[in-house]
Amino acid sequence: MLTQQILDGLSKFYPETILSVTILVIVFVELFFKKKTRVSGWIAMAGLAAAMLFTFLQVNIPAQTIFFQMVAVDPFSYFFKVLLILSGFLIVLFTFLSDEIRSSEFKTQEYYALLIALTLGGFLMASSVNLLMMYLALELSSLSSYVLAGYFKKSNRSSEAALKYVIYGGVSSGLMLFGISLIYGICGSLDMFAISAYLSANPVNLITLLIAIFLMLAGFGYKISAVPFHFWTPDVYEGSPMPVTALLSVSSKAAGFAMLIRFFLVAFQNAGHPTITTEGLHQYITLPGLHWPEVIAVIAVATMTLGNVVAIWQDNLKRLLAYSSIAQAGYMLLAFVVVSPQGISAMLTYLAVYLFMNLGAFFAAILISNKYKTENIEEMKGIGYRSPLLCVSMAVFMLSLSGIPMTAGFIGKFYIFSALINNGYIWLAIIGLMNSVVSLYYYIKILKNMFLIRPQGDTGAVSFGAGYSVLLLALAIPTIVLGIFFGPLTKFAEYSVQIFGLK
Amino acid sequence: MINNILSFLIFLPIILSIPILFFKAGKDKLIKTYTIAVTIVVFILSIILYFGFDASKSDFQFVEKVQWVTDFNIFYFLGVDGISLLLILLTTLIFPVTILAVWNSITTRTKEFYFLLLILEGSLIGVFLSLDLILFYVFWELILIPMYFIIGIWGGKNKYYATVKFFLYTMFGSLLMLVAIIWLANYATPMIGKFTTDYTELRKVSIFMPLNIQMWMFIFFGLSFAIKVPMFPFHTWLPDAHTEAPTAGSVILAAVLLKMGTYGLLRFSIGLFPLTFVRFAVPIAILGVIGIIYGALLCIAQKDMKKLVAYSSVSHMGFIVLALAGMTVESVQGGLIQMVNHGLSTGALFLFVGFIYDRRHTREIADYGGLTKIIPIFASLFLVVCLSSIGLPGLNGFVGEFMILAGSFASPNLHNNIYTILGTIGIVLSAVYLLWMYQRVMLGPVENEANRNVPDLNKREIISIIPILLFIVWIGVYPNTFLSKSEASVKRVIENVEAAKKNILNIY
Repeated sequence: MLTQQILDGLSKFYPETILSVTILVIVFVELFFKKKTRVSGWIAMAGLAAAMLFTFLQVNIPAQTIFFQMVAVDPFSYFFKVLLILSGFLIVLFTFLSDEIRSSEFKTQEYYALLIALTLGGFLMASSVNLLMMYLALELSSLSSYVLAGYFKKSNRSSEAALKYVIYGGVSSGLMLFGISLIYGICGSLDMFAISAYLSANPVNLITLLIAIFLMLAGFGYKISAVPFHFWTPDVYEGSPMPVTALLSVSSKAAGFAMLIRFFLVAFQNAGHPTITTEGLHQYITLPGLHWPEVIAVIAVATMTLGNVVAIWQDNLKRLLAYSSIAQAGYMLLAFVVVSPQGISAMLTYLAVYLFMNLGAFFAAILISNKYKTENIEEMKGIGYRSPLLCVSMAVFMLSLSGIPMTAGFIGKFYIFSALINNGYIWLAIIGLMNSVVSLYYYIKILKNMFLIRPQGDTGAVSFGAGYSVLLLALAIPTIVLGIFFGPLTKFAEYSVQIFGLK
Repeated sequence: MINNILSFLIFLPIILSIPILFFKAGKDKLIKTYTIAVTIVVFILSIILYFGFDASKSDFQFVEKVQWVTDFNIFYFLGVDGISLLLILLTTLIFPVTILAVWNSITTRTKEFYFLLLILEGSLIGVFLSLDLILFYVFWELILIPMYFIIGIWGGKNKYYATVKFFLYTMFGSLLMLVAIIWLANYATPMIGKFTTDYTELRKVSIFMPLNIQMWMFIFFGLSFAIKVPMFPFHTWLPDAHTEAPTAGSVILAAVLLKMGTYGLLRFSIGLFPLTFVRFAVPIAILGVIGIIYGALLCIAQKDMKKLVAYSSVSHMGFIVLALAGMTVESVQGGLIQMVNHGLSTGALFLFVGFIYDRRHTREIADYGGLTKIIPIFASLFLVVCLSSIGLPGLNGFVGEFMILAGSFASPNLHNNIYTILGTIGIVLSAVYLLWMYQRVMLGPVENEANRNVPDLNKREIISIIPILLFIVWIGVYPNTFLSKSEASVKRVIENVEAAKKNILNIY
């Protein structure tokens, strides 16, 4: 019985198993290929590709939990697995193409092992339905990212970043653990479904529960860099190697969102009244008296407003992108306030388009720093004329992040604001859109420097190798195409949340 | 092809803009010839559209409708009626004229300039033809991007400030419009039975929505249009953008872009929320009148010719706002023809300022004087354009202004004719600032020796300005050619307003 269930669970755990094996293989292979830095990178890519293949095989698997209700295999986690692998794959390519990493004293290859470990942590964060499992997954991904952030150990900025990250991460995860213990104390279980069943059936002290929720939010908020747990973000983003920053801004954030959505929607829904609407969508009914959507609304508004307002004052492109990614997390949180399948699928859609536009922006930033040796926006004057392809792509990413139509970002925002307005949160939608106007200011500041000001000094054309251009286009073209043909993506997102949260 | 003529109008310039990027960098003349050829083809298409258009029908014609987003029922939905027809003709005429007129003004990055111009033309036509609110919004926003670069790259010395102001102002309004679009479609969902952004479906049900909700939607839509028009007090982006833009940018901004605002008011604000518009008619008329007088007073104080023309737009657009607030067939027809008139006259004024600037590189009125003797052809044509802008009988401005004033004077929606009476002051003031400017620049003795050798208009410039003059006189003498096309559509709009008024009596 016991072995049967473990074996059964393993048969649905191939992608994760493959990633674990990949980590071990990389560590092992490093012993033999100390000089050839790329070998582990190729192995990492192969591992990710294999994991992707086995994830695809899970596409039609019915939603279920495995390993004694520790991990769920459902369309929701499937969505995030695809997202995380895609992002991991692109980050490996970024690392190959980044001069910053190539030129550093970067001899050991545990970098790729850690990258895979972070992805694996993300997988488990997206699929765990037990609070303890969730915590372990969070720690796996966090610990890998601490090391990655401090990867240039001789650089002060990088070390400072890692230290800050560790301290903030430690405090947040400690708080979260405290929250988990409170919930365990109240409900007597760590299983999310059991928690939901207990809360719906028994009267509990709502104040204690609310405190527990706040403590849990510290852990989630730190992972998605929501206000007031965002303080680490700019320093870590600035100090880390650029591919790592890109990874943190996308993979780690996506996994954090997955965890947040699952925790709130599974544990705090009113299990006594499961309802399915006529369209076959599950309606979430929150526990009476527990106002967590309002709390999320406040956090969302604070997050995007702070992110956008502070971003205006940034001169460093990486710091600017850091604050912009804080603001973007705010938009996504907005959709969560709705607590409906429409809102969740809007979040998922936004995360998918965010992957392309944000990774694109970071890749463009990597290329700019490769060729022009600068991260300062004021020093990017006129480079639009020197590297047109790079800067036009950057313009696409910036316009998409600000949500101009004909780009993917507009579709993401459109779905989020539709969800909000559909559920009567018109003022929240207006605050969100006003934030978009503010964000436009700093996004077009980059365009202004790149295109409107003539280059000074050296004006020669600076071109890139074919590999760089191909990767740049591979990010820029989806950013535009998803702005016009987005049916499949939104269908995928809707499918992923359709039966989510039901046992 | 005739069935898909609207798609051709939009996408011909957009698609044919791409080859420009592959032309060799030095071949400026080839690029210009190519661009002007494309815009002339588009103009010919719009002439075909004009003759194919059946003026007796008030419905949308040449309709194209394809589902774009299935789960939201968003359509690629185009159609033309009498209102958009005139604006399409204006747009397609202004582009080739402008390109020919500023032939040698753009010397740097010509490739990118003409590429952006064609994109701009396609999206402008798209705005006037879209009958799906999301499609409309997409084109509306798309215009910002080429305009941002046109002002930002080829503009004057304060261009960065002007571009940012232009961009943020417009974006602020249009995002509110996006909220309103989604809200409206959502609110209409139970009434229609499905979520859709189809304009023709929405206008059937929008009048039955609760008035306070209509009011907010109206304000959100209206703000974005008011910024674009620009209505007082949202006009402050305009002088900066106009003054800093290159001549071609100013001409297109004044002649076509501002019309997006008044077109939006007429099509969407009146079309979707007729009752709310009636409720707000008086405040809108007041803002219009303030715009007329305030804009005119600012003009008198200007020392820079281009700024003067820019502020005159605020004043002239005020008339159109007053016309729409009047909401009678005469005033709206007048407003529509005045949109065309303003596009022609102000566009031409900017061209003339551009001609003289290209020669002397100054726009200060004080640097000139007595030019009539030196450049007689310029002086005479410039006078015609000034007089048209003032509204001299026999030229186009008179027709529009007369219809507006006559129509709004007795308008039942304004309850009072004081707005019209105050509006007429604007006409007097426009004579003051334009003729005074003409006097200081053109008449009197030549005081500045640098002006002695200014060459007169060359053949290219004369040819470019002739089509505009032709239409100025044509509309002035026989406006029926154009008014007859729009009459049925305008009547229908007004009938909807009247029907809604009656309906509300039945409901409450």
